[in-house]
Amino acid sequence: MIESAGQILYTTDWSYYNFAKGAEDKRKSILRSDSERLSVWEKGGKSVGAANLLASSGQDVDFFIHGVFSYELFGQTFWITTTHVAIAIVMLLIVIFAIAARITISHAKKYPTGFQNIVEMIVEMLDKMVESSMGPYAKKFRNYIGSIFIFIFLSNISGLFGLRPPTADYGVTLPLGLLTFGIIQYNNIKYNKFGAFTGLFKPLPFLFPINLIGEIATPFSLSLRLFGNVLSGTVMMSLIYTLLAKFAIGWPGFLHIYFDVFSGAIQTYVFCMLTMVYVTDKLPETE
Amino acid sequence: MGITDKGLVLACSAIGAGLALIAGIGPGVGQGIAAGHGAAAVGRNPGAKGDITSTMLLGQAVAETTGLYGLAIAFILLFANPLIGKL
Repeated sequence: MIESAGQILYTTDWSYYNFAKGAEDKRKSILRSDSERLSVWEKGGKSVGAANLLASSGQDVDFFIHGVFSYELFGQTFWITTTHVAIAIVMLLIVIFAIAARITISHAKKYPTGFQNIVEMIVEMLDKMVESSMGPYAKKFRNYIGSIFIFIFLSNISGLFGLRPPTADYGVTLPLGLLTFGIIQYNNIKYNKFGAFTGLFKPLPFLFPINLIGEIATPFSLSLRLFGNVLSGTVMMSLIYTLLAKFAIGWPGFLHIYFDVFSGAIQTYVFCMLTMVYVTDKLPETE
Repeated sequence: MGITDKGLVLACSAIGAGLALIAGIGPGVGQGIAAGHGAAAVGRNPGAKGDITSTMLLGQAVAETTGLYGLAIAFILLFANPLIGKL
């Protein structure tokens, strides 16, 4: 019995569970490994019917990033993945919305109606959010915060529309974290001048390594938080849709509301709030 | 016994992935405490409900990070296992 379990583990070829691999490549490798596994089982001559069923249904679980097409550049192969496609769709939506908003606002009426109402509501909400935590510095940062808020929010809820959320790719959230890190350090050096470096030795000189790690960990904890939350939602939904395929009728909609809309909105808010908290921490006190 | 080296590594990785998710206990307790104190604060001062809710959510999201580190380790062990390459 143990012997056959060991064989199943051995013959399960996990190497094709790599992130960012071509879809066609993956399909081929599944076919190949399936036939290999069958041949191994036939040689072993054991009955593994139930295990086979479990293994094959588990292999249909698919929340990975797939390549759409590849191209060669400077001798390297690059993949256009589903993340790029999803980002392009999100960007297209934002650009169309921005153009529509621009046209509406340039013909703004004194008493807003319809679309103008929506645009003003969004802008007021974002401005209020930035002003509540940055105070007098809000004017300089509300463009950036508003932009990443809208981008991350649309990315997070794109799972509702059958896309794989772009923020469930660490290659998207890490640059967002690094942007925040750049803004934090830029303002630190701009306002504190040399104090930005002496601040690392602040309460006691021997705390320097810990302070340094604390500064460097900021972008990683920010990006991992967003990535982990969105990815866990994506994984849960794909598990439900593949392993419970026969029963998943209607009710996963409520889970979508939790994992995509609620969790996505909370994580967007948290990302923006933490960015503002970290930046405000480096700005000089006013009043 | 017919357990191969690769089979052993894979089995131990699966157990390790399960153990890594014990990290979920800490954030669970922490978020519960934060939510409880948030509810108490709203009871004491219902006017400040908006501020209390946003502060609570921010704190909970920060507390959740440690759990997500555990999740990241579990995902690495399951889907991008670095140990198999060392056999």
